[in-house]
Amino acid sequence: MSLSRRDFLKSSAAASAAAAIGMNVPSNLSAAAQSAESGWRWDKAACRFCGTGCGIMMATKDGKIVAVKGDPAAPVNRGLNCIKGYFNAKIMYGADRLKQPLLRMNDKGEFDKKGDFKPVSWQRAFDEMEIHIKKALKASGPEGVGVFASGQYTVMEGYAAQKMMKGGFRSNAFDPNARHCMASAVVGFYQTFGIDEPSGCYDDIELTDTVVTWGSNMAEMHPILWSRVTDRKLSNPEKVKVINMSTYRHRTSDLADIEIIFTPNTDLALWNYIAHEIVFNHPEAIDWDFIKRHIIFTAGPVNIGYGMRREGEKSLASGKYDAKEMEIVQKEMKTIVSEREAPALAPYGYKAGDEMKHTAGTLNHWEISFEEYKKSLEPYTLDYVAKISKGNPDEDIEEFKEKLKTLASYYIEKDRKVVSFWTMGMNQHTRGTWVNTLAYNVHFLLNKQAKPGSGAFSLTGQPSACGTAREVGTFTHRLPADMMVANPAHRKIVENKWNIPEGTINGVGKQHIMAIHRGIEDGLVKFAWVNVCNPYQDSASAKHWIKAAREMDNFIVTSDGYPGISAKVSDLILPSAMIYEKWGAYGNAERRTQHWRQQVLPVGDAMSDIWQWVELSKRFKVKDVWGEWAPSGPRKEALPSVIEKAKAMGYTEDTTMYEILFANETARSYKLDQNDPIQKGYDNTEGYGDSRRVVGSDGKVFDGYGFFIQKYLFEEYAAFTRGHGHDLAPFDVYHKVRGLKWPVVDGKETQWRFNAQYDPYAAKAVKEAGTDNSHAFYGTLAKALPSGNLSGVTDKEKKPLKNKAKIFARPYMDPPEMPDNEYPVWLSTGRVLEHWHSGTMTMRVPELYRAVPEALCYMHPKDADTYGVKQGELCWVESRRGRVKARVETRGRNRPSRGLVFVPWFDESVFINKVCLDATCPMSKQTDYKKCAVKIYKA
Amino acid sequence: MKELENSRRTFLLNSARAVGLAALGGLVWSAYVDEIVASSLTLRPPGALAEEDFLKTCIKCGMCVEACPFDTLTLAKPGDNRPLGTPYFVPREVPCYMCPQIPCVPVCPTNALSEALVSSNGKLDIAKAQMGVAVVDSQNCIAFWGIQCDACYRACPLLGHAITIEYTKNERTGKHAFMKPIVHADICTGCGLCEKACVTEKASIFVLPREVALGKAGDYYIKGWDKNDEKRLENATSEITKTEISKQKAIDSLNDMKGLLDD
Repeated sequence: MSLSRRDFLKSSAAASAAAAIGMNVPSNLSAAAQSAESGWRWDKAACRFCGTGCGIMMATKDGKIVAVKGDPAAPVNRGLNCIKGYFNAKIMYGADRLKQPLLRMNDKGEFDKKGDFKPVSWQRAFDEMEIHIKKALKASGPEGVGVFASGQYTVMEGYAAQKMMKGGFRSNAFDPNARHCMASAVVGFYQTFGIDEPSGCYDDIELTDTVVTWGSNMAEMHPILWSRVTDRKLSNPEKVKVINMSTYRHRTSDLADIEIIFTPNTDLALWNYIAHEIVFNHPEAIDWDFIKRHIIFTAGPVNIGYGMRREGEKSLASGKYDAKEMEIVQKEMKTIVSEREAPALAPYGYKAGDEMKHTAGTLNHWEISFEEYKKSLEPYTLDYVAKISKGNPDEDIEEFKEKLKTLASYYIEKDRKVVSFWTMGMNQHTRGTWVNTLAYNVHFLLNKQAKPGSGAFSLTGQPSACGTAREVGTFTHRLPADMMVANPAHRKIVENKWNIPEGTINGVGKQHIMAIHRGIEDGLVKFAWVNVCNPYQDSASAKHWIKAAREMDNFIVTSDGYPGISAKVSDLILPSAMIYEKWGAYGNAERRTQHWRQQVLPVGDAMSDIWQWVELSKRFKVKDVWGEWAPSGPRKEALPSVIEKAKAMGYTEDTTMYEILFANETARSYKLDQNDPIQKGYDNTEGYGDSRRVVGSDGKVFDGYGFFIQKYLFEEYAAFTRGHGHDLAPFDVYHKVRGLKWPVVDGKETQWRFNAQYDPYAAKAVKEAGTDNSHAFYGTLAKALPSGNLSGVTDKEKKPLKNKAKIFARPYMDPPEMPDNEYPVWLSTGRVLEHWHSGTMTMRVPELYRAVPEALCYMHPKDADTYGVKQGELCWVESRRGRVKARVETRGRNRPSRGLVFVPWFDESVFINKVCLDATCPMSKQTDYKKCAVKIYKA
Repeated sequence: MKELENSRRTFLLNSARAVGLAALGGLVWSAYVDEIVASSLTLRPPGALAEEDFLKTCIKCGMCVEACPFDTLTLAKPGDNRPLGTPYFVPREVPCYMCPQIPCVPVCPTNALSEALVSSNGKLDIAKAQMGVAVVDSQNCIAFWGIQCDACYRACPLLGHAITIEYTKNERTGKHAFMKPIVHADICTGCGLCEKACVTEKASIFVLPREVALGKAGDYYIKGWDKNDEKRLENATSEITKTEISKQKAIDSLNDMKGLLDD
């Protein structure tokens, strides 16, 4: 402990203290003053792309961004960038930027679902939105109005959208693309800690001895963090070990001491194998003092399905899924226990050949004894685990076993610090929540969690999946700062703050992303608005959702900077301001919140998402949205009218949501002020309007709201976080520092949460409990449990487990679709370094486009021979759901073993999500994009 | 669309052939002199003979160009500043995708593109190709600045062999590593996929003909630490060395007392 403490002090002298408030006076403030002389202006911002959260500086000249540099003062990247970050200056200036609203119309100028897109005014656009939202409300109630939200929203625009959706429309059909990215990590955090987001921070990299990447190609997906891992390896090559755990070989293996290629889904078995090694073969490694003080053991049901459509759902009943698709979908209701999974399921009372009847996914779990937990681990012997998990058929099983033993020994070795990083491999998984919790199990048993240099650490994919989607709570079931729509006390806190009647917020939050898509297909959701994401390219079983959008009676709106697939599939397109064309903030994977100012005016008539939401709110009055709503979709009870309560609060039936939610008295107290050093010299399109004189939603030139709306939204949101372990600093502070890791308490950021030495909340909890515990896992969700055994609850009485975390008994199970004779190959999808997500920005940067112009199908050369396809030529990749053509690559950056192919999803002309299966983790509802079964043949 | 491209390609090919034939009709190789001077930077298809022999052997028929499935190869037209009618490629535009079947080589009627040069153990092996060699401008390669790029490395068909990554600590930041691309000239085929992928405005890794880009260490010194280097001994011969001081016969210089006795 003393060593890590010293390490911490050493590194933090540079890393964290430098970032503390006031220490790190940004050079950009002085740089701004010099701007007039040099002809350009430097100002700080955050990189647009991944969850790493690199700090950058933008150079603006003649109203356009002309250059970018890595911010040398940014603790994450110290002036460096990856090649996506390198091109931040170019991402907003693609030749086909959307510049005006576009509506599908007939020749008479009427909206027509079958019409072509034609330019319309903002006023017309909002007229159409208003008409179709009202139509949807009438047909399906609040559940009929959906929004595809985003982990790439700025904090403020996510908060604005959430207010209007949950406070205005009373709709929880509001869920971000972060569902596809982080949901399993989130449920893992909630189940384990009772609160969301990582305990550690990036400083762990410099402090650890061992980096194990689980389903995470950090070398391509988090390049700046990977360069820190590389530096750590170089600093002590003998001691520092890097182990890459993956289902195929990728660039992260370059640095690895050990590469373990495993069969898809068997990460469940591998984590349990390490735990088995600890509990059965190295019990002395268990820190019993830590366990007794901090940990309880738990279990939950295993027959929870795979998050696919369930029997009786409208589109299944009406035959929208053909026989081929149904071969897999029927597994949602029941499966036959396979020989592979039987040993793992034996402690739960199943044997091979048994029929397992699945019920819909549940978060339920209960306390069990350590002996029961130990029983659940019994099957995971080296022989069993090696047999089911060896992913390279050409590898010798004994060599593979040696690797597993070495892996376990690194975790177990006393005093060896270990960080386990993961990304989509463990999150996009039909047992994603399980595998996340299994990671914490191992770290907890060894007391290697929430300590400098040690911990299981979920890396975020998106730039603000943490900052916006999770912290603001732009999920169907969430409210700001870890509050839940299902919790009446939480709803009340939010209603109070928003100054809206008690009972306004809808308590049923079940319309996650796939439920919105499926709801559109079932005819429940009639209106959907796409914000800062591309759900029609990024959702699996894509054909279903595209058909539902284009061929059914509904109205789809997409706000975007560029014409991607989602825009194409829409009825109305709204041209949106892109990142540096608006004030904003992102929060990265280490809880670091970073702000930037509006650098330039948006192109054309594009306007920000905040503006779009606020303008929409002007169209809806109390009487339109706050009346009674009959049961609808997942909501089985009526949602009572709150109009009378609203009147009692001083509103009338005709008060607009704009007046209540956005332009209220508090909001207007945030003044626009050109003497304020934060605002001085910077545009604020929402505040003042701007020199483009854009004609707005009422047909008049938009000349601003007259108050500092971004600061208002941020401060109102931040108030929820303060005092609850999520504390954000004041708005102005973020404009002076290079981001801060929350909770920010007494002006200091927090590096290791739950650790009483570093986290003031943990210190306080320990003090209050009167113990000398090292940690306090103070999250409050699901912190009173019944008890039982692996098979179920035996004592319903709930016992509190304040300040404790959980170890879960969870077995290996097969995924719903696995290779067979007809579809003999695993398909995994993912990203490449050069392109961001669906490629709408990076495919428009000529250099990145030239570097990687198309998505390739990476496969083993022997597989290419087997399936009669050739390097560089086209092949079909076909599943039960659809097929795409892709060029065969047998010698590229990704080198799958025989039996698996990898196809990235950035390329809209290699539309791989038509092939993927929309099975999800039944607990987190996150799609498993990493495994389905395909066949490969010559195109 | 594909058809259109095909017909465009055929047209270009035919016109280039016509020019080539017309030039041939002039009968004099000297007509090529200017173009030959420029050709030292021309990249040839896989299996091409040494430039001098290639120019003597190539009949500018365009068969290789026609066989290339990626439209990598073109025949030199007037103004291309290359020997007219001969096949070449510009990697920044279209690199060689290193087809394992190497369709451009067996179709060559004159062996100007030699199967032997791209074969090992009697089988075609594109990895043997020596079209050129990639060179890194380490001033402008952003990986040498510390940017996490390596686009060239990931684009390389012989990734991990022709290009490897050198890891070094970035002392300025104190916590990041440089990942610098290193080209191994003995393996690099000069396909140019790296040059195509390079994200700098003008490529900072680019392919040059091997004779232009590479130096040559003499075979009179063998790396004592590298067993493979002994291969170079195969052609090693003893040579009489001559410098200013040794150009006279020994006896003559011995008898030349000039200056020796001066004050």
